[in-house]
Amino acid sequence: MSVVDGKEPSVKELRIIGFLCNWCSYGGADTAGVSRFSQPTDLRIIRVPCSGRVTPLFVVKALMSGADGVLVSGCHPRDCHYSEGNLYARRRLEVLKRFLPTLGIEPERFEYIWVSASEGERWQTSVTAFTERIHALGPSPAVKVNRYDARLVAGGL
Amino acid sequence: MSTIDLLREAIRAKLPDLDMVLAWGGDDPLRASPLFIRTESDLENLAAPHLYVSNLAVNLYSLRSKKIGLVVKGCDSRSVIQLLKEGLIARPSLYIFGLPCEGVVDAAKINREIPDAGRATGLAVRSGRVMVQTPENEHILDLDAVLADRCLRCRYPNPLIYDQLIGEAIPVGEIPDLYQDLDEFEALSLDARHDFWMETMRRCVRCYACRNACPLCVCKAHCVADSREPHWLTLETNVSQKWFFQVLHSMHLAGRCTECGECERACPMGLPILLMRRKLNREIRELFGYEAGLDLMTTPPLSTFSIEEENIAEREL
Repeated sequence: MSVVDGKEPSVKELRIIGFLCNWCSYGGADTAGVSRFSQPTDLRIIRVPCSGRVTPLFVVKALMSGADGVLVSGCHPRDCHYSEGNLYARRRLEVLKRFLPTLGIEPERFEYIWVSASEGERWQTSVTAFTERIHALGPSPAVKVNRYDARLVAGGL
Repeated sequence: MSTIDLLREAIRAKLPDLDMVLAWGGDDPLRASPLFIRTESDLENLAAPHLYVSNLAVNLYSLRSKKIGLVVKGCDSRSVIQLLKEGLIARPSLYIFGLPCEGVVDAAKINREIPDAGRATGLAVRSGRVMVQTPENEHILDLDAVLADRCLRCRYPNPLIYDQLIGEAIPVGEIPDLYQDLDEFEALSLDARHDFWMETMRRCVRCYACRNACPLCVCKAHCVADSREPHWLTLETNVSQKWFFQVLHSMHLAGRCTECGECERACPMGLPILLMRRKLNREIRELFGYEAGLDLMTTPPLSTFSIEEENIAEREL
């Protein structure tokens, strides 16, 4: 994991996709940045209007396309800018989290959390903890799918 | 009167008020195909109840502008309820003949049991036994041995919605679905499960028969699997595309699927794809205490929320 603190990255960076809602979590990440908290750089942020915009298929597509981890973050329940988007999201994402192990994908590769725009520190600790978790798991098995496909194309299967 | 005669008379009586009645018919003694009854003479082609395999609710959405009569088994009735509940079809344009069902036979299983089943000339079911007539022999099989898989765990043999019940309701006790198949699968290691789907999806020919047979897949020509914008799936026939399609189909059915099993039955490769849907159903039942297609009043769990979720823990990192 590499950390923005002027030092050389010690471990190879992994690819983590973050779906952040425009109103809370994107602001929270911004707050963390403005406060100059050091954060791992493995996360690629995709800003969405609301966590309710995140269909579970975004997560699956990311994981199957080679993302090593996916983090969805939205406003705290009751605080959604659109009043209820995150409450729908919570149900869908919980169902997805329970579905992943049956597909043979580690459910730990996916997480959803709530971070408000003022919680820069919470953002920093969450993203650090999640990045550490993904590094402990190592690169995604989706790589295996692609290898499988490659063998298929080469006529090995 | 036998069930088939009762059904024939019931349809005959209602036919003048309806554009058509959907039932099952054909000449094959082991399988029936959907029968669209428009005139009284079509009634002659009605098949026997143990062949009523397919779920005719799949036709309702595209025929929603017509006045339709429909014969349903217990499992089919759940699809009808789900379609009504989601506002995809309207109750007044529907007349439902409810048929208590003792289970339907799986022609593939009969073919495995009897080598000359391909030349069968007749099939009859009496008190738990199936008699298959071939030119040379009469084979007798246990009904349980040739019932479709979903019938073996059937909990709703009687239709849950109907305008008219054909014959007597079958007495049933409380039958729990223990999800034994799923437990066995989940006992495998994560890698083994992953490899299982790789191997399963390798055999998929991406014909979308599973989608087309699904009574709740109502997007038809607007399915995201065929869409270029957004471009969810490419035309590559690799495992990741095919696997993703199955997950997509399953997720779009989460909280809606009634486990009628048509996806798996329609699959020309015999892939065990119902397993994914069953997994989601079990989780939805545990999380929200909800089962699809049982009543008209409740809202599908993923179309609603509660501010305090009883069974979802607050997530922290």
